[in-house]
Amino acid sequence: MYRLTDKSIDVSELLAFVGDPGAGAVATFIGTTRDNNEGRSIISLDYEAYPGMAEQEMTRLGEEAATTWRITRMAIVHRTGNVPIGEASVAIAVSAPHRDDAFKACRYAIDELKKRVPIWKKEIYEGGEIWIGSQTGERFTEAPAVGSRD
Amino acid sequence: MKVRVKLFAMLRERAGTGDDLQDVPDGTTVKELWDKLRREHAGLSGVELRLLYAVNSEYVGLEHRLADGDEVAFIPPVSGG
Repeated sequence: MYRLTDKSIDVSELLAFVGDPGAGAVATFIGTTRDNNEGRSIISLDYEAYPGMAEQEMTRLGEEAATTWRITRMAIVHRTGNVPIGEASVAIAVSAPHRDDAFKACRYAIDELKKRVPIWKKEIYEGGEIWIGSQTGERFTEAPAVGSRD
Repeated sequence: MKVRVKLFAMLRERAGTGDDLQDVPDGTTVKELWDKLRREHAGLSGVELRLLYAVNSEYVGLEHRLADGDEVAFIPPVSGG
């Protein structure tokens, strides 16, 4: 299950999806919206995604995880639109026969999501707003390699 | 030929649109299209971000040649999570 939602994320839905009699472990990661960043006091966050491609890239990283670790199922749900402070912006659940694979695949999924799934976060704070990753002052040039910014 | 341009986040705000239909010569590359957009949208001309490019939802390089009907996305640094 790889999808975007503009509603609150229901983590129990992800858990139900990855549940399996053959799984001995379920690892979860929940990213929540924080009220501060680099000294700025944040009121709320806005998330924008490229629908279609975002789900496709999330699906891909699930498939990649399945070739590296022995996992049973994975679910990733990312929220879009305005997300109040303290709510889940992303949830990941991974089931596996054993915990080590579940933990590692879950970690891989969130790390890769942050690198390449086309989703953007805007912090809204008193007196302004900032697209994270596109802050003024950061100077980037054209990407040297397709699919990688590192 | 016609291609559909998708702009997101900071690029969308700077251009004032997230969706743009462009008429370009056959064989136009992603780079040539980007240069054209920067000429047409003043807000994009100063963008110094390191972008990624996707054609029909697949990441491609700047020299990728476009085909009629392609959807071309200009992707600023992602920040999901």
